[in-house]
Amino acid sequence: MAALQTASAHPLDGSLAEWVWLLPLLPLLGALLNGALVLWPRLSGVTAEHASLDAREAETGRRLAGTRWLTSIVGPGVMLAAFALAVAIFSTMRGTADLVTPFVRTYASWMPVGDLSIDWGVQLDQLSVLMSLVITGVGFLIHVFSVGYMASDGGYARYFAYLNLFVAAMLVLVLGSSYPVMFVGWEGVGLASYLLIGFWFSEKANADAGKKAFIVNRIGDFGFLVAMFLLFSTTGTLDFVGAHSALAMASPAVFTAAALFLFLGCAGKSAQLPLYIWLPDAMAGPTPVSALIHAATMVTGGVYLVARASPVFAGAPEVSLFVALIGAITALFAATIALRQWDIKKVLAYSTISQLGYMFVAVGTGAYAAGVFHLVTHAFFKALLFLGAGAVIHAMHAAYHHAHQHDQDAQDLRNMGGLRRYLPITSATMWLATLAIAGVPPLAGFFSKDEILASVFARAQGSPLASATLLGVPGSALLYLIYAVGIITALLTAIYMTRLMLLAFTGANRTGDQASAGLHEAPSVMTIPMIALAVLTVVGGWLNLPELLPLGPTHLLSDWLDPVTGDASRVLGGTAHLDHGTELMLVGTAVAIALIGIGIAYARFRSPVATRENAVPETGIAALLGDAYRVDAGLDRTLVQPLGVFASRVLWQGIDQRIDRAFVAGGALITRVAGQAHDALGAGDVGRYAWVIVLGVLAMLAAFTLR
Amino acid sequence: MMLGDALIVSAILFTIGVVGVLTRRNAIILFMCVELMLNAVNLSFVTFAKLHGVGGHVFVIIVMTIAAAEAAVGLAIVISVFRHFGAVDLQNLKLLRR
Repeated sequence: MAALQTASAHPLDGSLAEWVWLLPLLPLLGALLNGALVLWPRLSGVTAEHASLDAREAETGRRLAGTRWLTSIVGPGVMLAAFALAVAIFSTMRGTADLVTPFVRTYASWMPVGDLSIDWGVQLDQLSVLMSLVITGVGFLIHVFSVGYMASDGGYARYFAYLNLFVAAMLVLVLGSSYPVMFVGWEGVGLASYLLIGFWFSEKANADAGKKAFIVNRIGDFGFLVAMFLLFSTTGTLDFVGAHSALAMASPAVFTAAALFLFLGCAGKSAQLPLYIWLPDAMAGPTPVSALIHAATMVTGGVYLVARASPVFAGAPEVSLFVALIGAITALFAATIALRQWDIKKVLAYSTISQLGYMFVAVGTGAYAAGVFHLVTHAFFKALLFLGAGAVIHAMHAAYHHAHQHDQDAQDLRNMGGLRRYLPITSATMWLATLAIAGVPPLAGFFSKDEILASVFARAQGSPLASATLLGVPGSALLYLIYAVGIITALLTAIYMTRLMLLAFTGANRTGDQASAGLHEAPSVMTIPMIALAVLTVVGGWLNLPELLPLGPTHLLSDWLDPVTGDASRVLGGTAHLDHGTELMLVGTAVAIALIGIGIAYARFRSPVATRENAVPETGIAALLGDAYRVDAGLDRTLVQPLGVFASRVLWQGIDQRIDRAFVAGGALITRVAGQAHDALGAGDVGRYAWVIVLGVLAMLAAFTLR
Repeated sequence: MMLGDALIVSAILFTIGVVGVLTRRNAIILFMCVELMLNAVNLSFVTFAKLHGVGGHVFVIIVMTIAAAEAAVGLAIVISVFRHFGAVDLQNLKLLRR
C-alpha cells in the first residue's frame, strides 16, 4: 500500500511498522466474514431469526450448526492475528532507538475541501501501540470466552460479527492520525456498543438500553465535534501532530474552550458525571460485551482522548483541574451506588464508572502515564471480573434452565451464595481480581491506583496545577480534596467488591435445592481466558513499578509513554516528586484502607441474606443507593417526560399534524374535487358527450363571430 | 331573396337535428336526426352551389354516398344493440364508463 505522502525520515521507515494498516483491517475482515455467515442462510430463504425466543433458538441453532465452527475460528482467529501483529510492531518499536516523533502514514485522501485536507492516516506511537496491545490482547481473550458463553445462542455469528466490528472501530479510534479519523472510530465503537447492548433486542428493555447509550453519547459527541471545529478554525488542520504544534500560538481561551468541549466528549464515552447514566443500562448486553466494551476498552476511549490531546489540556490547567474534580466526584458517587446493588453486573458497572473516575483524576492532574497505567491494569482485572460474572450467570442460567425455573433472576446476588463449591476456578480468579481492584499488593490494581493517588498528592504539594485556580478555589486545596475523595473511594471499592464476592461465593447456597443440582463450572474455553487474565492481574503491576518498590525495572510504562505525554505532564505537574518517607506513608495508608474495607465487608456481609423472592423492601439510604440516587427517575420526570410531551403536543399535534392537514389533506381534497368533476364529465353517456361537442362548437363559432 | 330563405330552412333543419340528437334517447330517432343534419348541410351546399359553381353539387353527392354507407353500418349497430339489450334506448350504452 503506497503512502501518499512520506514525512521526513523516521526510524520506523520500512520496518514492520509499515504493516500497521492491517491492524484494524483484520477484525474488519472477521466482521465481514461473520456478517456474511449471518446473511447467507437468510438470503437462501430460511425463516428470519426472531420468531419467538425458543423457536428462534431451535431454528437458528439447527440452521447455523454447519457454519458455527467457522465463526468460532474466524471470530477469535482474526483477533489472535491482530494481537500477533500488534506484538510484532511493539517489539519492533522497542528495538528502535530515538523513537520521539510519531510514525504517521496516510493512505488515501478523505476530505480535500479548500483549506481542509483530511486523510485516512494512522499514527503509530508509544500510546497507540500500547492501546492496540490491550485492545487486541484482552479482546482476543474475551472472544475466546465468548465462544463458550454464547455457544447455545441463536445469534452466534451475528454476535461475533458485531464484536469484530467493535474491535476494528476501536483500533481506528486509537490508531487514527487525526481527530476526524479518531471520530470515525469513536462513532464506530458507539455503533458496535449500541448493536451489542441491544443484542437480544426481542426484549424491549434491551433495545431501549441500546438507544439510551446512543442518545446520551450523542451529547458527548456534540462536544467532540465543537472541539474539532474550534481546533480547525484556530490551527487550520486536524492532524494530531500539526494541530498540536500549531496550537502553541493560540490564546488561553481557545485552549480552555477546546479542552472543555473535548472533555464533554470524554464524559459521554467514558460515563462520567453527568453523562454516566447509560453505562448501568448497557449491562443489558451479553456479559463478555460488558467485559470488552463497557469495562476494558471503549469506555476508556475518553481517557485515551485526554492523553492523546494532552497538549490541549496542558494549555488549560483549570480545565485539567475540572477534569480531575469530575473524575473524583464520579468515582465516589458511583462507588456509593455500587454498595447497595443486588445485580452482579450492576455492581461491576458502577465499579467501572468509579474506576474510570480514577483514570480521569490521573489524566486531569497531568499524570497521563498513571492514568494509562490504570487503564491497562483495569482492563485486566475488570475484564476478569466481568468474565467471572459471566461464568456465574452462565452457571446460574443453566441451573434454572435445568430446574425449569425461568422466572428466577440469574444475575441477582441474593439468589447465589456458596458458589465457590460449584465454580472453584471462577471463584479463585475473581478473588484475585477483587483483591487487585481493592488495591492489595502486589496485584496490578495496587500499583496503578497507588500511583494515581501518589501523583495527586505530589501535585497538591506544589506544581503549576496547584498554583492554578478553578472558579477561585486554589488548585492545591482541590487536589488535596481529590486525594481524600480517592482514599474514601478506595475504601468503598474494597467494601463493595468484597461484598459481591461474599454474597456470591461464600455461605450457604440460595439458588434452591432443585436448581443448585444444575450448577457447574464453566467449560475450559471460558476458564482459560479467565486464568490468563488472572495472571495478567497478578503481574500487571510490573509494567510500571514505583522506585519505592524496586521489584524489577521501575517506571517502564512512564518512560515508554514519555515521548507522547511527558511534555504535557511536566507542564501541568512540574517536577513534583515525593520523598520516600511521604510516599511510604501514602502507600501504607492505601494498603491499610484496602484491608479495612475488606474487613468491614467481612464483618457486615457474612450474615445470610434473604433470597430475592423473600427480600424485604429496603428503606432509607439503602433504598436510595439501591435506586442509584433515583437519578433515572428524576431525569425521566424532568427531562424525558417533558420532552415526550413537547414532542407529542407541540411537534406532532401542533406542527406535524397541522402541516398534514394543510398540505397533505388539502392536496388530497383538491385532487378529489378535480377527480369528481372529471368523473361527471366522462360518465360514458354519449348524450352528454354530444352536449359537450355542441357547446364547444357554439363556443368556437361565438369566438370567431365576436372576434 | 331565395338564397337567404334556403339557408334559413337549412339552419332550422340542422338545429332540429342537433336538438333531436341531444334530447332523444331512442337510437333510431337519433339516427334520423343525424340524417336530418346531414341533409340540412346538403341543402346549404346546393344553395351555395348557385353562387360558387358546381363544387357544392359534387359534395352533396359524396355526402349522400357516405350517408348511405353510414346508414347501413349504423342500422347494423342498432340491430345488434337491440339483440343485446332488447331495446334501442341509448341509456343502456354506457360501456365507456370507467
